[in-house]
Amino acid sequence: MTILYSKKVMQEFTHPRNMGEIKDADGIGKVGNPVCGDVMWLYIKVRKNTKGQEIIKDIKFKTFGCAAAIATSSMITQLAKGKTLKEAEKITRNDVADSLKGLPSIKMHCSNLSSDALKRAIEDYEKKKKSKKEIKLQMEYNPGLQKYEPRLSVKKKNKK
Amino acid sequence: MKQIYLDNAATTRLDDEVLKAMIPYFNEKYANASSTHFMGQEAKSALEKSRKIIAKEIGAKNHEIIFTSGGTEANNLALKGLFFWNRENGTGKNHIITTRIEHDCVLNACKWLEKQGAEVTYLDVDAEGFVNPEELEKAITDRTIVVSVIHGNNEIGTIQDLEAIGKICRKKNVLFHTDACQSFTKTFLNVKKQNLDLVTLNAHKIHGPKGVGALYIREGIKITPLFHGGGHERKLRSGTENVSGIVGFAKAVEIAKKKNNERMTVLRDKIITGILGIPNTKLNGSRNKRLCNNVNISFNNIEGESIGGYLETFGICTSTGSACASHSLETSHVLKAIGLLPVQSNSTLRISISKYTTEEEINYLLEKLPKIVEKLRRMSPIK
Repeated sequence: MTILYSKKVMQEFTHPRNMGEIKDADGIGKVGNPVCGDVMWLYIKVRKNTKGQEIIKDIKFKTFGCAAAIATSSMITQLAKGKTLKEAEKITRNDVADSLKGLPSIKMHCSNLSSDALKRAIEDYEKKKKSKKEIKLQMEYNPGLQKYEPRLSVKKKNKK
Repeated sequence: MKQIYLDNAATTRLDDEVLKAMIPYFNEKYANASSTHFMGQEAKSALEKSRKIIAKEIGAKNHEIIFTSGGTEANNLALKGLFFWNRENGTGKNHIITTRIEHDCVLNACKWLEKQGAEVTYLDVDAEGFVNPEELEKAITDRTIVVSVIHGNNEIGTIQDLEAIGKICRKKNVLFHTDACQSFTKTFLNVKKQNLDLVTLNAHKIHGPKGVGALYIREGIKITPLFHGGGHERKLRSGTENVSGIVGFAKAVEIAKKKNNERMTVLRDKIITGILGIPNTKLNGSRNKRLCNNVNISFNNIEGESIGGYLETFGICTSTGSACASHSLETSHVLKAIGLLPVQSNSTLRISISKYTTEEEINYLLEKLPKIVEKLRRMSPIK
């Protein structure tokens, strides 16, 4: 097996960084399917930097899969940590593979899901942020009483 | 780094005694066994002596052993040879019965034969990998040529009851072939007692050289050869005989000892008990009717390849239940046949020992494995 993998892959596989979960994550990206072998869950915590840009403050993974799947998970967390969301979104499968000094061609597809997982986690964060805003707006807007009050049932909710 | 080889179902280390027996046939007694001069006759005599040793081991007559390049060729020769003989002779028979847990060389030969007009029945097996004799009997028709069932399974180690299957085949008057590559010298194999008509054997699973095998064909059974040439091996397998390899094969058979099998059984059971002590693990294949060198375990929620990859960092060589680590990403057809879900198949590891495996090596495996499993499970999102 090791013949197939670069030294870097084996190093990341046996000593993965940022393994675990973030309990109050701002975004979670879940990719893969146990039937084909690999499942990756990526958790992100988002904060603003001094320039007011949103950055990935913390990132953790949980992965079911082969050595390549675990190594790519560990690698994406290192590539993404500290980056702005815009920068992080641009990380590709090839970037991950290159940082691992290459992946066997058969593993490029099935086990190189980590960049997809990161995109999903960012999407999840954006979605949650939007729905939070909507709730905030609903709380501010109360035409019936013309008061700033929280409302649980909102008629004009489905504005897509 | 340590080197602990636990992949003996794939191939084995050549025994030093085998090597010693082979060497003169490379650079001293190197003549062609078909040559009529005294050097040729020397090679011929070694060839026939080897044939006798192998025939005796399975209760066959000398001339019933045909040497081949290995198990794959012997299995192909048996099935294709029978099918084409029946077609050439207009017997009207074109049906082959086999199982879903055969080695790829049997399954892929059958798939190819289907394209040539063969009808093939692939029998299901139970959760331990056994063929149901009643189902087998029902599958036999008046067009059936042969029933081909693997003896000791290469992945899950289950040993079929050849005697029971042989009886049915004899009663129904169809031929019975078994692929005994994994089981040869490891468990009882006798062509008379088990009613076997064709048997595939090979050398490299029993500390012999790679590239040598044999097909036992009962006297009177006709097959069409795959190769056409100088008419070697009773015209059934043309090509200059691999004398050094065949001498090595016979030596490997000669030195195989029951005592080694008993020792391996003890070590195998130690591995099984040790690993089943890890929570949420499952042994695949039969617990008792099992090859003495085979362990196959599903660990659930973690992938076999990562367990194997981790063991490798400690110098331990094993094999996965899935083919994920090799060239294809499909899960094992054998594990699927015994009812494992793909996710379970992917979590499987095969450990296969040999007479060279030591207790220290097994202790080392059993010390490392639980920690690896725990670490990978902590990493896994699947609970």
